[in-house]
Amino acid sequence: MDRKLTGNLFKIPYYLWIILFVVGPILLVLYYSFFDIEGHFSLTNYQKFFTPVYLKMTFSSFWYAFLITAITLLISYPVAYLLTKTKHKQLWLLLIIVPSWINLLLKAYAFLGIFGTYGAANSFLKIIGIGQKQILFTDFSFVFVSVYIFIPFMILPIFNALDELNPALIDAANDLGASKWTTFRRVIFPLTIDGVKSGCQVTFIPALSLFMLTRLIAGNRVITLGTAIEQHFLVTQDWGMGSTIAVFLIIAMFLIMVMTNTRKRGV
Amino acid sequence: MERRISPFSKLFLAIIFFVLYAPIFFLVFYSFNSGETMYNFEGFTLDWYRELFGDTRLLIIVLNTVVVALLSALFSTIIGIIGALAIYMAKRKQTKHTLLAMNNVLIVSPDVIIGASFLILFTTAGIKLGFYSVLLSHIAFCIPIVVLMVLPKLMEMSPSLIDAARDLGANHWDVMTKVIIPYISPGILAGFFMALTYSFDDFAVTFFVTGNGFSTLSVEIYSLARRGISLSINALSALLFLFTMILVVIYYFIVQNNKVNGAGVRKR
Repeated sequence: MDRKLTGNLFKIPYYLWIILFVVGPILLVLYYSFFDIEGHFSLTNYQKFFTPVYLKMTFSSFWYAFLITAITLLISYPVAYLLTKTKHKQLWLLLIIVPSWINLLLKAYAFLGIFGTYGAANSFLKIIGIGQKQILFTDFSFVFVSVYIFIPFMILPIFNALDELNPALIDAANDLGASKWTTFRRVIFPLTIDGVKSGCQVTFIPALSLFMLTRLIAGNRVITLGTAIEQHFLVTQDWGMGSTIAVFLIIAMFLIMVMTNTRKRGV
Repeated sequence: MERRISPFSKLFLAIIFFVLYAPIFFLVFYSFNSGETMYNFEGFTLDWYRELFGDTRLLIIVLNTVVVALLSALFSTIIGIIGALAIYMAKRKQTKHTLLAMNNVLIVSPDVIIGASFLILFTTAGIKLGFYSVLLSHIAFCIPIVVLMVLPKLMEMSPSLIDAARDLGANHWDVMTKVIIPYISPGILAGFFMALTYSFDDFAVTFFVTGNGFSTLSVEIYSLARRGISLSINALSALLFLFTMILVVIYYFIVQNNKVNGAGVRKR
């Protein structure tokens, strides 16, 4: 009995962490969402969330996140597929992953230079005859930079899924007379769907919430849920409203997790 | 199955690699610009680097960032190992799943949520925003990463190793320090390393929980970048890029060692 007790005693720091930093903060966010800016208990924040202003923002945030995820997937899947066919595939994969290690803000900062009025992108447009355009602080630049940032994160799980795919299955499909497209649609894609799902998960959730990108790259043209939360917490100091938006973001996150749940995750 | 890649596919891959790396090299290139902008390269200079190394405020910030990263990696590794052991030792399947789900919450949570909720937490608990709040949050979000790095190593460990040690008269402490810890050490190393990089790169969480007096590199870059282009940021990014490359090489060696170790055991 005593032995069992000491055997469990060492787990205390970890359980303490779960209570203080996992469960605690979520409950606090929920609690704060019921207080208005004057500190009175009320449901006004939730009423406000269901006004057109906030609903429109939520909708556009989801729309951008969807757009970013879709474009990232469309680019990443072929890249991952081609990478599995290269000779030194692990090395090439590493080279794809390296940019994801570089500080996100520096990458965003680079695009401030590239997309600027006299930046590299505009000189290129001038050369090919389109002429100077306002690129920075538009929704295009926001989507472009987001896709740029998420590509490595999307490629990695898809690459792993494709790499585990048994080539005999593709041979079998070919032998049975399936065209390339049919093989892809009926064999390759379904078998790598888990990789696609985890890729979409690691793209969609951050795409809903990256506020520094919208601040730096999109000016204030795009407001995502993340930007709104940051605004309420750090600028207008309306923690109640910020918490309410956070509650909805947590719900959205939970739904996405359930939708993209892969059986192999975890253990 | 055809193994050849068509020229068109090669071109596609080349474009992707170009797009991925061009912005980084673009930044590094203009850090040597004697002009003031990122579009007109006037001449070669190292002035921006000189300015960087002469900036004591920035050097203090770099020091802060490194101290926070090292301390949070250290503490999160210790608690992460405990966590992995707790999950590993859980007897009921339900407990195991619940613990794992709890563990993964902070990994999938968006940074804004972590940042905002920790801000509420620290304010409620009366902890002053600054070094300690940043350190505590970094430890908190690094723990689950360490757990996920250590747990697979524990899972692949054959239970008969522990039984054998017990039969040979080892007590709990001996089993832990002489059998389990050495076996999972590659996972621990990888976890420590990942924690280090996560802490080093974090922006959003730190941005929420840092007060006025304390700043880390990412937060500093953000506030500089919001003010517009300054080529000293370019110089800084060139140095960070170099640093990142060193980290990648180290990580590569850790993973490589892991593989050799793992394969060696599995083959028996």
